Amino acid sequence: MKQENNKAHKFGMVIDLDKCTGCGSCMVSCMSENNVPFKEDESNKKDSITWMRVYKLTNGKSFPDTEVVYLPRPCQHCGGKGDHGHSPCVSVCPATATDYGYDTGIVSQIYTRCFGCRYCMGACPYHARYFNWWDPKWPEGMEKYLSPNVSPRMRGVVEKCSFCYHRYQAARDQAYAEGNKGEIAEENYQTACTTACPAGAIVFGDLNNPEHKVHQIVKPDPHPDTMNKHVVGKSRNPKVFRLLERLGTNPKVYYLSEREWVRKQGDNYLAGEWDKIKNHHGSSSHG
Amino acid sequence: MKVDRRSFLGLGLGAAAGIAVSPVGIKLTDDSAIWSQNWPWTPVPVDGEVSYENSVCSLCPGSCGISVRKIGDRPVKIEGRSEYPVNDGGACLHGIAGLQYLYDPARVKTPLKKNGDKFEEISWDDAITLVAGKLADLRKKGSPEKLACIADKEQGSVSGLFKRLLKTFGSPNFYTMPSLESYLEVTAAALHGEGKTIAFDLENASFVLSFGAGIIEGWGSPVSCFKANASRKERHAKLYQIEPRLSNTAANADKWIPIKPGTEADLALGLCAVILKNNLFNSTATANFRGGINKLAAMLQKNYAPSRTAEITGIKAADIEKIATVFAKAKMPVAVFGKGRGDGAQSLKELAAIHTLNCLVGNINKKGGAFVRSKMTYLEFPDESMDSIADAGVAKTKVGRYMNQVIEKVNASSQPVVEALFVYNANPCYSLHDTKSVKQAFKKIPFVVSFSSFLDETAKEADIILPSHTFTERLEDVPSGAGLAKAVVGLTKPVTEPVFNTKNTGDTVISIAKALKGSIAQSFEWESYDECLEGVASEIWDSLSEDGFAVISEGAPSGSAPVNISYIAGNPATVQMQGDYDLTLIPIDNMRLISAGVAASPFAIKTVSDRVLKNTDIVVEINPLTARGLEDGGTATLTTPIGSARVMVNFNEGMMPGVIGMVEGLGHTLNSKNMSNKYVSNKGVNVNDLIGPVIESGSGLDAAFGIKAKISKA
Repeated sequence: MKQENNKAHKFGMVIDLDKCTGCGSCMVSCMSENNVPFKEDESNKKDSITWMRVYKLTNGKSFPDTEVVYLPRPCQHCGGKGDHGHSPCVSVCPATATDYGYDTGIVSQIYTRCFGCRYCMGACPYHARYFNWWDPKWPEGMEKYLSPNVSPRMRGVVEKCSFCYHRYQAARDQAYAEGNKGEIAEENYQTACTTACPAGAIVFGDLNNPEHKVHQIVKPDPHPDTMNKHVVGKSRNPKVFRLLERLGTNPKVYYLSEREWVRKQGDNYLAGEWDKIKNHHGSSSHG
Repeated sequence: MKVDRRSFLGLGLGAAAGIAVSPVGIKLTDDSAIWSQNWPWTPVPVDGEVSYENSVCSLCPGSCGISVRKIGDRPVKIEGRSEYPVNDGGACLHGIAGLQYLYDPARVKTPLKKNGDKFEEISWDDAITLVAGKLADLRKKGSPEKLACIADKEQGSVSGLFKRLLKTFGSPNFYTMPSLESYLEVTAAALHGEGKTIAFDLENASFVLSFGAGIIEGWGSPVSCFKANASRKERHAKLYQIEPRLSNTAANADKWIPIKPGTEADLALGLCAVILKNNLFNSTATANFRGGINKLAAMLQKNYAPSRTAEITGIKAADIEKIATVFAKAKMPVAVFGKGRGDGAQSLKELAAIHTLNCLVGNINKKGGAFVRSKMTYLEFPDESMDSIADAGVAKTKVGRYMNQVIEKVNASSQPVVEALFVYNANPCYSLHDTKSVKQAFKKIPFVVSFSSFLDETAKEADIILPSHTFTERLEDVPSGAGLAKAVVGLTKPVTEPVFNTKNTGDTVISIAKALKGSIAQSFEWESYDECLEGVASEIWDSLSEDGFAVISEGAPSGSAPVNISYIAGNPATVQMQGDYDLTLIPIDNMRLISAGVAASPFAIKTVSDRVLKNTDIVVEINPLTARGLEDGGTATLTTPIGSARVMVNFNEGMMPGVIGMVEGLGHTLNSKNMSNKYVSNKGVNVNDLIGPVIESGSGLDAAFGIKAKISKA
């Protein structure tokens, strides 16, 4: 069947850090949805596979002025410099095992192509990629709960968050079956972490679609940033930021916080740098 | 042939060029890459038709609705059920990981009987005969009251069947584990009269004053609390969190008020004093108070004036006045009690003092306030038939008011005070204070029957285990509670065939009763538990079976509730900690672990930070000011009057100086010689091994909020 709808999506996420409670539901929902294995000791976080990982941030002040905020980190699905699809990991993969989907904005990972060189892990500024140092092993009988929608990975390959791509495929199939020509309703494609979050802190949708909540919160700037031409899609919401935004990786995961110290932790700033840019929120045109 | 330099280099270069252009190298690399990834033992999940089944999670008192995704007949994923009156779509990590319990390597797969220090497999028929035989002997001896039972909760039909079995057998000794619900009932009894419970309308309150209630740490009905908390921003509601540690709730609150551990009751009374003195109370409400409002006012002015309260609690007098004023003047204020998850030790003084704040500002049974309701009564069991032994036994006094008194008496007495004990959905050998003495008491009880699904700490002490289905395999009514504003009964349904040779405990109890014959058997004339449930819940069965839930009450109850303040006006003594070391050890709650009931799943343990659990070491939190001589990330020995443990140290500026925090829910030992859950077991220390019970005089509750401790470099 010929696909009649070729309008490009740009799926993205905004996470409200003021609502996030650090409960870990997103992490477990992700593991359960995507057949992520577990092993006896998972306290070495460098080899603990967590596509979604929740970090704890503190403001560094002493008792009783300490503050704590949690920051969930899925794969950021970077668009690369200028948002042209040259994500850091995609650019270095010698096997084309990870690729940028120009129709979705999703960075894929094809396990059977990956031969485990781990260049992508070195290239990823967000530590979002994990290597299978061991074969996955489930206790006897437990492999019965594995989902056929996501293939279990083998030793020697890299894996990461896929924005639950299988859910996108299912939603797309459903849309075609219903004669909607590939027009996917917002509620029909939601990632496992989004639906699981008991605080409703995660909002997922198409950043290109003004009807979608994620677009309305983020208000992405259609023009390249005036301070850095590699940065595209900067949020025009003063409370919204991206991680290491000035690298020009153009992540599709945005964060929202009322607290300035939290927004400041999204990047590393030289003395005085933050004050210069903290009130810069993209161009004011295109309402 | 002469090999000169020229031909040697030529050959070498030729070979190099040959290898470079030959596809063999690339082919071999490619083949080995493919080969290295095609391990036949990497499972390939079988595909099938997708379906969804609704059920209710009963891992905690939260009772969230769940939707189970199935592929063919295999359940593959648990998610929150949308439009369910408790959680409306959200789910917590433990519920989502629920299928890991189904295939837990520490599951009891068939009835087990202890022989020496080993368990042996036994058939269901033999197991029931054995239990019935032991119980019949007890009746023959004329001491049926020496059968006791401990369950997780009072409500629900399985607890109902246990109570019925005990009654017709002739024993008054039915106990429940401490839970938020049990504390709510105790508090309601102290202020409003027997037979009532309290709920908090958190989703409508405009100002929540939480005395250490871990609203996003798993307190109450967790997902419902998460939602109410998250909607605060939109509703312009405020949350003040009072506790010694910057918990996640405190971090998320509008204001964190650090307080000396164990002085929450004093602060609450200090706030009451300000409210009464400055005429900030609701005079319509207080006009109907019984028990002497003037006596209360006089007592408070004498003992809890702001300056005095400031000294006790460590909170500035001016702040105390400010908090009291903000609270009393808020449109819909509510004071919330039950430190941590609300299922640990609590003192009645604290619970009642905090609830007095609600009574004073007149928010009882108002939108956004505290609801005082009758306990749920949706079950109707037919009348029991009692013989003379049963009548005589039931009339005897209980061994103690709560389980901890039973443990104490069993340990103190040379005669067996309890001859036989049933344990259902409870793990007292893990979650009661001073686990060593609890285990000792269990060893002294001649016949312990566990109905556990897992070989947990208590099941290991049992003489016989009659394993229960897990919540994805069984039918059961699940009443909400734990302070949830709505009263909802959910129906847990089997979403898969039982994986092992286990039974619904309802059926097991009916079988035991039938095997006991006589009037006991006559009181259990159901063919099966399914039939029993449909009968006793007939009032709500239609909506239970069709919708999967029944809403019993919603919104503020009509009318006011009687208030009697004589208990608090009598100024009961504040509970003091055991020991005389310099520091205070308090348990801390972490949403990713479970303090009571089942152990956390492998997935949940995986999410736990390496600043909580590192390798097999538990990490304790301590303020760097207090940690003299210790290193961040170093190991230390933590000692209390009850025991000592090796711990790792985490410097945390969110911890009040002088206090050490140890997480609850680690240190499980779900293992034996041939079955072990290594993903969860032998990780860290059980904080209940280090804290002993302190009984509050009057209420009889274990109110040990912590214990004195010392810590030194290991």
